[in-house]
Amino acid sequence: MITQEHAAAHVHRDDVGARMGMWLFLFTELLLFGGMFFLYSVYRFINQEQFNIAAKELNTLVGTFNTIILLTSSLTMALAIGAIQRNNKSLSVFFQTLTILLAFGFLINKYFEWSIKFHHGIFPGSEILLNKPKGEILFFGLYYVMTGLHGLHVVIGIFLIGFMTRLTMKNVINKDSYVKLESAGLYWHLVDIIWIFLFPLFYLIT
Amino acid sequence: MLKDTTIISTNGHTSFLDYQGKYKGIRSWIFSTDHKRIGILYLIALLSFFAVGVTFGFLIRLELFTQGKTIVDPQTYNAFFTLHGVIMIFLFVIPGLPAVFGNFFLPILIGAKDVAFPRINLLSWWLYIIGGVLVIVSILLPGGPADTGWTFYIPYSVRTSTNVIFTGLAAFILGFSSILTGINFVTTIHRLRAPGMDWFKMPLFSWALYATAWIQVLATPIIGITLLLIVVERVLGVGLFDPALGGDPILYQHLFWIYSHPAVYIMIVPAMGVVSEIIPVFARRTIFGYKFIAFSSIAIALLGSLVWAHHMFSAGMSSTAQFVFSLLTFLVAIPSAIKVFNWTATLYKGSIQLDPPMLYALAFIFLFSIGGLTGVVQGALSVDIHLTDTSFIVAHFHYVMFGGTGFGIFAALHYWLPKMFGRMYNLKTAKVGFWFLFVGFNTLYFPLFVMGWLGMPRRYYDYLPEYAIYHQISTVGSWILITGLIIIYYNLIKSLRSGEKITARNIWGGETLEWQIETPPTHENFHDIPKITHGPYEYKMNDELAEKEEVK
Repeated sequence: MITQEHAAAHVHRDDVGARMGMWLFLFTELLLFGGMFFLYSVYRFINQEQFNIAAKELNTLVGTFNTIILLTSSLTMALAIGAIQRNNKSLSVFFQTLTILLAFGFLINKYFEWSIKFHHGIFPGSEILLNKPKGEILFFGLYYVMTGLHGLHVVIGIFLIGFMTRLTMKNVINKDSYVKLESAGLYWHLVDIIWIFLFPLFYLIT
Repeated sequence: MLKDTTIISTNGHTSFLDYQGKYKGIRSWIFSTDHKRIGILYLIALLSFFAVGVTFGFLIRLELFTQGKTIVDPQTYNAFFTLHGVIMIFLFVIPGLPAVFGNFFLPILIGAKDVAFPRINLLSWWLYIIGGVLVIVSILLPGGPADTGWTFYIPYSVRTSTNVIFTGLAAFILGFSSILTGINFVTTIHRLRAPGMDWFKMPLFSWALYATAWIQVLATPIIGITLLLIVVERVLGVGLFDPALGGDPILYQHLFWIYSHPAVYIMIVPAMGVVSEIIPVFARRTIFGYKFIAFSSIAIALLGSLVWAHHMFSAGMSSTAQFVFSLLTFLVAIPSAIKVFNWTATLYKGSIQLDPPMLYALAFIFLFSIGGLTGVVQGALSVDIHLTDTSFIVAHFHYVMFGGTGFGIFAALHYWLPKMFGRMYNLKTAKVGFWFLFVGFNTLYFPLFVMGWLGMPRRYYDYLPEYAIYHQISTVGSWILITGLIIIYYNLIKSLRSGEKITARNIWGGETLEWQIETPPTHENFHDIPKITHGPYEYKMNDELAEKEEVK
């Protein structure tokens, strides 16, 4: 009842499947952050005033600068994929390296931003923070956890793109097979998009 | 252990059990990306953790045999029910069918050589093992195992001095493992179906796994982040849920159940899939209402995601929310009932063969119906207030989780294990084991319904004299049940070592693809990818075709 059809022997490769898997993974990432955005919206709803006061303590300029860095890095990532599609390996490696450098720039900026807060005694469990109203404690709790987890994703992104750069140099990623680089790009855009939401929620609504 | 099961299949292709890949010995298993080997790795780990979970369950029942202290102090008792819950839920029932039989049979059932992402598949097993090790570590480290119950409710979970961090991290990692399996299965089903295998020619187990995989992908991240936040709150003192820092414990409960209720369907839907495979084979009839069963899996996945707050009717919620969640809870019973009706309709006028897999499948229908209907009872608001946190709830979810999924897993084991290893177990011993399990199960859990209704709270260390008789019957039941489990384990393990060797492809007379390939399957499953022209349960049609062949 089942007729057999001889399939040509070839190494299994399914770019559409790989992309589908990556999109599904990105869904789960969105939901992961979604849980925290949910917490944020509920707590902001309960503590409107205190959230506004706390948000004034964040440096909008630094946040804007970081936003520009991340948006630019998304552009360079897209350019890296465009370059490999046109079979320009060295240009692709160049843009990937640039993406990594921008990601480092973001993290360095973040480091200084956090250390200034720490210097002012605003960190989880600090006495200065615990003496503030509860809404502000929640705001800074969410601030550290959400930007922290986002920062962790940036770090993972650096490793991921670094790995892709290596593969590009070894010609594993090339004009005919670049789905890995595309997936890394998708991941990087997700990191970018999450920041696009974090930025107004923490820095701009005062 | 597996060396004995060497079988060279008739046409010279080696079975997956003998296939020599890159590695040798144990490494050819723990680093294998073959979906069949990963399935077996999961099986071994899963049955080991199940044995540990059963031991804790046994100790809980033993402690409750008499009033006051029987064997352990209250703190240890709290640790026991937490570990029992964590191990059974995160390490046994949730991975259960998808990780073992999904991995092994999903590619075969849809005519593929492997899953879409074999290496991610292996990664998910390793994550599972790391999660399991963390649970064990939490038991051994100073501070003692978590005593919060598997729900980790705030604020106690940030106040207790026990190792909640490890248990929470374990559940987080296990969730990640589950997500990876889900992503893999969704992609596999979309991309790797054999030519001609359209959606409605897929076996129903694949449909069930498809619905389950979506729940795994969509619901698990929420609990992942929630448990991670508890760990962060404990380690760094960040104010997120703790009311002392402005947090809202009810919000935690919402986030917890947004995942943990759909998780119930991650557990039960694959078992429903297994039953849908077994019933037509042993009734020798086409499944009744194929599309209804297939779509009811999807309906359960959808509706099941919208009912979480029925775990919190007594926790404080607006009456509108209560009304909506109560209504949705009633609605989710409909797709489950559709399945039950279709199974019974399939049995009607079938030539029923009571082999062990069928016994388990029938027991599943019976026990799941009890578990499901008592669930509907609790969906009613007023009744729920009376029953909240009583042993009635414990009885209800054990009827669903153990009577449903547990029996489903044993059905799958008895159905597919001979295919996987090419060794047959003793049918008579299997039936004896089944009856011990079935009788023990009901003796253990039915009294919990009664005393729960009368007011016995769950998770309590001690009880009033009027509940003594129920507790004692229940504990005796646990002994019968464990006797059954020992017989089943003994029988299955013995069959792998010295069971009768079989090479017949179609052991039970099934029509799905796994019965068309060698026993045990070859490394590549199919020599050539099959072309599918018929649905999976067309007994009558296939019999007629066979007759025509003979005439020719």
